[in-house]
Amino acid sequence: MEHKHIISVLVLHKPGVLQRISGLFTRRWFNISSMTVGSTENPDVARMTIVVQGDDTVLEQVVKQLNKLVEVIKVTDLNSKKSVQRELCLVKVYAPTEDSKSQVIQYANIFRGKIIDLSTETLTVEITGDEQKVNAFLDLVRPMGIKEIARTGLTALMRGSKILKSNKA
Amino acid sequence: MKGAEAMMKALEAENVKVLFGYPGGQLLPFYDALYHSDLVHILTRHEQAAAHAADGYARASGNVGVCVATSGPGATNLVTGVATAHADSSPVVALTGQVPTKLIGNDAFQEIDALGIFMQITKHNFQIQKTSEIPKIFRKAFEIAKTGRPGAVHVDLPKDVQDNELDLEKYPIPAEINLQGYKPTKFGHPLQIKKAVELMKIAQRPVIIAGGGVQIANATPELIKLSEYAQIPACTTLMGKGVFPEEHSLALGLVGMHGTQASNYSVYESDVLIAIGCRFSDRITGDISTFAPNAKIIHIDIDPAEIGKNVRVDIPIVGDAKAILKDILIYLMKKEIANKTEWMENVKKLQKKSLPIMEFDNTPIKPQKVIKEMMNAIREVDPSLTNTVLTTDVGQNQMWMAHYFQTSAPKSFISSGGQGTMGFGFPAAIGAKFARPDANVIAVTGDGGFLMNSQELATIAEYEIPVIVVIFDNRTLGMVYQWQNLYYGKRQCAVHLGETPDFIKLAESYGIDASRVEKPEDINEAFKTALNSGKPYLIDIIIDPAEALHMVPPGGNMTNILFPERQEPTPKAQCFSEMKKILNPKV
Ligand SMILES: Cc1ncc(C[n+]2csc(CCOP(=O)(O)OP(=O)(O)O)c2C)c(N)n1
Repeated sequence: MEHKHIISVLVLHKPGVLQRISGLFTRRWFNISSMTVGSTENPDVARMTIVVQGDDTVLEQVVKQLNKLVEVIKVTDLNSKKSVQRELCLVKVYAPTEDSKSQVIQYANIFRGKIIDLSTETLTVEITGDEQKVNAFLDLVRPMGIKEIARTGLTALMRGSKILKSNKA
Repeated sequence: MKGAEAMMKALEAENVKVLFGYPGGQLLPFYDALYHSDLVHILTRHEQAAAHAADGYARASGNVGVCVATSGPGATNLVTGVATAHADSSPVVALTGQVPTKLIGNDAFQEIDALGIFMQITKHNFQIQKTSEIPKIFRKAFEIAKTGRPGAVHVDLPKDVQDNELDLEKYPIPAEINLQGYKPTKFGHPLQIKKAVELMKIAQRPVIIAGGGVQIANATPELIKLSEYAQIPACTTLMGKGVFPEEHSLALGLVGMHGTQASNYSVYESDVLIAIGCRFSDRITGDISTFAPNAKIIHIDIDPAEIGKNVRVDIPIVGDAKAILKDILIYLMKKEIANKTEWMENVKKLQKKSLPIMEFDNTPIKPQKVIKEMMNAIREVDPSLTNTVLTTDVGQNQMWMAHYFQTSAPKSFISSGGQGTMGFGFPAAIGAKFARPDANVIAVTGDGGFLMNSQELATIAEYEIPVIVVIFDNRTLGMVYQWQNLYYGKRQCAVHLGETPDFIKLAESYGIDASRVEKPEDINEAFKTALNSGKPYLIDIIIDPAEALHMVPPGGNMTNILFPERQEPTPKAQCFSEMKKILNPKV
C-alpha cells in the first residue's frame, strides 16, 4: 500500500552530499514529497528529513540505498517511531479591508500563527505545525484569496529522550 | 614535495604497479611526477580503453585497477569504462585532471563537472580541494573501492592541487582509515545462518545460483564443498562463470536469458534456492512471477540493498560470501542431509539434455566449432584450462563463449555483464595480461565490438603485450540482428557492417601478426601459432552470420527457451541508394 514515509537521515555536512542524495532519488524513481536539510548539534553533521511516497518495498529500498552512501551516517524511518513533526509555512493572504484583516488575525491566533508582515492589501502569516494543521489553516484563508505560499516541508525528531546515533560506527 | 609526487607515493603505498591512462594539460604535474617514479604507465590510445584495461586488471587479479585521464573530454571518455567496472563490482580507481581550483565553476577551457558526472556511476567520488588532503583521500578511495561490495571510485585532481607543496611528514599517508558512514558487514548473522542450514538440510530440490560475489570473495573452495556435501547442483551467472568448475558433475552451467536448460529448469523446479553474491538481474529472473515459483530463497550478499530489491527473499544473510559459507559449512556438516536421489536423477537428465553440440564441419564456420577447437588448442599448452584468461566483448560472441567455453578457474572469464559494454573485451585483456602475466590471455570479440576499440592494437604493438585477439567475424551486429529477426518481423535495420576492414591488414599495419581462418580445419593451427608466438596476435575467424543463439525472450518465463532458426542477413540495398542521394544531391 502507498504511504507517506518520513525518513530522518544524518549525513556528513559536506558539499555535494545533497546532490548525491537527490541524484539517488531521481535515478531510482523514488518519489520525494519534500526534503529539508539543516545543521545539527554537531557541526560536522547535517540532518535531512525526507518525505517519500511509496509502498513498504519502496521504503525498504530507499533506506537501504541511502545507507549505501558513504557520507550517510544514519537512516531512520520515523513512521515506525513516535516522532514530532513540524513544518513552517508563510502565507500571504489578500485582506484589503479592516474587516478582512481582523478576520485573518483572528484565524492566525486560533492556529497560534504570527502576523509577520502587513501591507494595505495583504497580511503575511507565519504558521508552524504538522502538515494537517498547516493545510487546515490554508483551507480556512483560501476563500479570502491566497496570494503566495512558501512551505519548508516537514522536519522531524523522535519523541522522548532517544536520539539517532550512527549505526555504522 | 609537490602534491603530484605525494600522489605517486600514495599509489605506491596502495601497491599499485601499473596505471592505464592518457595525459593532458591539467595532468602535467601528475605526469611529471610519474616520470620520476617507478610506476609503469601504459598509454592507451583512448581513455575508454584505459578504464577497461584497469577494470580487466582488477577482475583478473582481485586488486584495484587504476586509470587516469585529463579534464573535460578525457574525463568524459572514461565514463563508459568506469560505469562498466562499477556495474560489475570491479574495484577501479579513476583519476581525472581538473582545471585549477580558482577556475572551477567558470567554464574554463576543458573544465567539466567531473564530480557531478561520476557521482551516479561510482561507489563514491572525491574532488581534492587542498593538497594536504591528498594522502587521506587517496587512502579512502582505495579502501572504498576494494572493501565491502567493491566498485569504482573516482578522484578529481585540480591542477594546482597537484602542483602545490605538501609536507608528507605533517600529512602522512594513513595506514588505517575510519570512514564514519562506511562500515561493510563481513560476517553473517548466526541466527540467519542457522535458519539457512535448516532449510538446506531438509531441501528436496535445492539449487545454488553463484554470482560474481563468489568470484570477489574467493569462495570457490567453500562453494564446491557445500555443493558436494549437501548434494546441491550449482549454476552460475555470467559474472559467476568460473567459480564452479564446469566439468563438475553438479555443474548446471549458465543461468538466465541465455542459460542452459539444466540451469533454468532446475531453478524453476527448485524448492530451495541458494543465491550467493548475485543480484537477481532481469537477465537472470525474466518474469519475476514465474521465477523459482515454489522455492524458499536464501540470499547471501555483502550489499544489504541487493536483498529484496528484485525478488522476495525468505532468508537474507548479509556479509562476505566466503565467511558466510564457512559458517554454514560448520553447522551443516554436523547434520544429516535429506536424501535426494530423485532430484539428482532429474538433474542428470537435464544435464544430458543441455549437452551442447559443438562438432560441425560446415563452412562458413560455426561459432561452436571455433570454441571447441579453441579449447583443444589451449589444452595443448594448458591442459586444465586454468592458466588461461578469457575476456569477451558483448553480443553473440559473449554468449557463445559463456555457453560453450568450459571454465574451471575463478577470475578467468571476464565479461561486461551489468552494462554489456561493446568495446570492452580487447582493452580488458590488456589489463588482464598485467594481472596474470604468465597466463594465456585471449580476447574474444565480435567484429562490431572490436572496431569500437581496435585502436588499442597500437598499444599492444608498442609495448609488445602478448594478448591474442579472436574476432568472431560475421559482418553484422549479430546480437541485434538476431533480436530484430525474432521480435521485429525479421526487419534488419542498421545491423550490417558490410565491408569491415581487412582485419589482417589492419593488424599488420600495426606490426601485429595475424591470420584469417575460413575453414574449420584451420582453426587449431591458427590458435597454436598464436599461443606459441609469445607476441600480440590477431585471429580473424569468418563465421556463419546466420547462426543464432537460443534464448528466453526478455521478461519471459525462463523455461520457455527459444531455439531460433537460421536467418541469413539481408542487407537492405535501398537505404544505400537513398543515402547516395544525400551525398550527391546534383546527380
Ligand atoms: C557500446 C554499445 N553500443 C551498443 C550496444 C548494443 N549491442 C549489443 S550486442 C550488439 C551487437 C554486437 O555486434 P558484434 O560486436 O559484431 O558481435 P556479435 O553479436 O556479432 O557477436 C549491439 C550493437 C552495446 N551493447 N554496447
